[in-house]
Parts: sequence; C-alpha cells; structure tokens
Amino acid sequence: MSILQIENIKKSFGNNEVLKDISFSLEKGEVLSIIGSSGSGKTTLLRCLNFLETAEFGKIYVDGDMLIDFASRVNEKDESIRRKRLNFGLVFQSFNLFPQYSILKNLTLAVQLLENVKKSDKEKIKAIDDHALDLLKRVGLEDKVNAYPCELSGGQQQRVAIARALMLSPKILCFDEPTSALDPELTGEVLRVIRELRDGNTTMIIVTHEMNFAKNVSDKVIFMADGLIEEMGAPEEIFENPKSQRLKDFLSSTLKD
Amino acid sequence: MSFVNISLDLLQSFAENCELFALTLLFSLPLGLIISMGSMSKIKIIKYITKSFVWVIRGTPLMLQLFVVFYVPGLVFGIPMKSRMTAALIAFVINYAAYFSEIYRGGIESIPKGQYEAGQVLGMTKSQIFFKVVLMQVVKRIIPPMSNEIITLVKDTSLARVIAISEILMTATEYTSDGLIWPLFYTAIYFLAFCGGLTLLFNFIEKKFDYYRS
Repeated sequence: MSILQIENIKKSFGNNEVLKDISFSLEKGEVLSIIGSSGSGKTTLLRCLNFLETAEFGKIYVDGDMLIDFASRVNEKDESIRRKRLNFGLVFQSFNLFPQYSILKNLTLAVQLLENVKKSDKEKIKAIDDHALDLLKRVGLEDKVNAYPCELSGGQQQRVAIARALMLSPKILCFDEPTSALDPELTGEVLRVIRELRDGNTTMIIVTHEMNFAKNVSDKVIFMADGLIEEMGAPEEIFENPKSQRLKDFLSSTLKD
Repeated sequence: MSFVNISLDLLQSFAENCELFALTLLFSLPLGLIISMGSMSKIKIIKYITKSFVWVIRGTPLMLQLFVVFYVPGLVFGIPMKSRMTAALIAFVINYAAYFSEIYRGGIESIPKGQYEAGQVLGMTKSQIFFKVVLMQVVKRIIPPMSNEIITLVKDTSLARVIAISEILMTATEYTSDGLIWPLFYTAIYFLAFCGGLTLLFNFIEKKFDYYRS
C-alpha cells in the first residue's frame, strides 16, 4: 500500500491553470524529486499537499485512507485541516525560522502548543527538549541550542528548519527548493542532511534545481511542465534516457550552467 | 508669588496633563489594535467602514474633535457632558487609537508571509500564530513609530485647555494677567523632563529587543 497517493489534483490562480491534472503515488521510505523550469507548478503542487494552497479538484490518500477530497471540502473546518496537514512536513526555501526564539524554542514551540503542555509539567517539557536535542544532533547543530537564527549561516538555518519539521514526525517530509537561497558552498551541508534522512528511511518529496542531487538521492523523479507531469520514472531513465523533447531541452539547458 | 509657589502650582496643573496622557494610552493602545484588525479585515464592509473612520479622525483637527465630544451630546441629544476630563479623554482616545491602528497595521503587514506559513505547517492555530509568532516581531518593529506618536501625545494634552481643563499651559497663561510672562515659557521644562524620561524608557525597551534581528 502506498504511503501517499495523489489523484487528479487541479489548481488555478484566476484564469491561470497552474496544475492541470496531477496524479502520482509514493511508497514508504521513497524519495521523490520534482524537477522542471520555474512556473511549471512544482512549488504549487507541494503547497497543495501542505494545505497552504487549496486545490479545486483532486484527492489525497495517506496510508490508503482518503485524507481529503478537494472537490467536496467546501466547509471543512480549520481545525480538521490543521490536523490533516500534520501528515506532511514542509521545509521552505527561505527557512522561515522564528527570529525571536532560540534554536531550541524554534523546535519545541509547535509541539508544546500542539500537546498543550503546561509550564508546570517539567517532565513533559524535558521530554520535548530531549527530542529536540536529538534532532539537532542529527543535523549536527547541538552546539547551537541557545543561539538565535540571526547568528547562524544560511546552511545552518536550513538544517534547523529541517530538524523543526521533523519534530512533529510527519509521514512525508517535503522540501521546497531547500538550497535555492543558499550560497553554493553552503548547499553541501543541507544536501548531506537530506541524504542521511533518506538512509534513515524518511519518505520525502523534494522540489529542487540540483540535478545531480536529484539523480543521486531519488528513487523516483517527476519532470513537470506547464502544470502537467511530462515524464515520471527512475532517476536513471529520466536523466540518462529522457523521452520527451521538453525534458531533453530542460536537461541540456540546466547542464549548460 | 514666589518661584517655588509658581513651580508647585504649575506642577499641579501638569498632573492633569499626565492623567490625560496615561489614561489615553491605557485605552487607545488596545483600541488601536482592534481598529487595525478592522482595517485589515477580509470582510469588505468592515474594512471600508474602519478605513473611513480612520480617515475622518486623522483628517480633522484634534481641537475640533474636543469641541465635538464636549458640546455635541448637550446640543444634539440634550445630555450635556458632565466631566470635562471625560470629554477630553474620549476625544484623545479615539484620535490616538486611529493613529496607533495605522502603526499596528504597518507592523503586522510587514511580517513576511513565510512566518505565518511556517506556523501553519507546524499545525498552529491562527491565534497561536498571531500571539506566539507574529506579535513579538510586530512589537519590535513598531517601537520607533510608537515612541514618536506617544511623545507627540505628551504635548497634545495641552490642547485640552480649549474645553477649559486647567492643564499646565492654561495655568501659565493665567499668570500673564498678573504681568508675569516667564511662567509660560517655564512650562517647557516640565514637558522636556517628561519627554526625556519617556525617551530613556523607549531606548531601554528597544535595547531589550536588540538580542535578535529579523
């Protein structure tokens, strides 16, 4: 049974059809990379999965159960959307850490609010802090627990953002161009963390412009163009043996620079 | 009249200015936040009513608003304002809340969308996002324009004399009929001292928020 199944997702902004009819599925522990030129709809697709945009049509299944049918969600309460989106985690291009909180608090805030932890419940707070410390260790930033986001480099901030997304143990972790806002020398550390997550069997969807990374880390690659899946397959097929002309053009243009 | 007597007399009147200042802040700071919510509302009718209200309040002199609040209830509804101080307070609170609302709006709208989205994908509710994520960042950003407005308020309290509140300038001008002009100029010291204290306080608060950059 697939951990995630997407059926016929459609989304427009005004008259602009951004997603025309997107369907795919993902197995547990698989890594899916989505590539394509800007404006092809890949970020919008990720945002629909995380309920930051509301698709007009389509269904999302998680673990075989229907999570949402966009066509009939007219009066869905915020509260139920809030619970449903926790199946997904999202790491943003621009990190979006909370600047006024320490790194530790950035990780623990959402969990404390979600579990309604009282200030007096020292044990619970300690457990959440320990979990955060574990995750910070995994991304190699345990010495930054008490630092503030502005004191960290972009690469470090993005690693904190990854740890923060993992705090809620999402079933599927999504990345929206995680290295696009980083200086070239800082992308390596972030990609290394993602690679380690894959080795730890985390199910991930990565929208990326790093073709080599997509090739090496993914189990499956989707090439999107004009709101449609133009080509989908194993990385070897997509990168070594592209079928459509658009994919060939796209790959040759990305290889040029 | 000795210098000391006059100083004490002016100080007593200045207490009226301080009272008006403190009460105006107490009520207009929260009211301004509510008005700013109105002017950012997605419901068009609420948004336009609020925006028109802010336009009227900011577009007419505070002195005129003092007259309106003081005289209109008696003239139009036959219920005269009993307390001059209450009338002044109502006019000041409404006027300053309108200005504060625009400062709040500017602060809230300057917070990047990504902060809200980060809160959303972490499963926070709208109010948790506002109070736990956004509000503190707004406060940091609005301290400088707020300090400006609050310091203006200190001096605006003197306008209350137009409805015969015996604030410090009113008292000082009364000395001119005794041939004393210096108490009028001397009042500047009171304002300077008060605003000096406020400036120190705002610097302190600004420092408190210096530990992070956004």
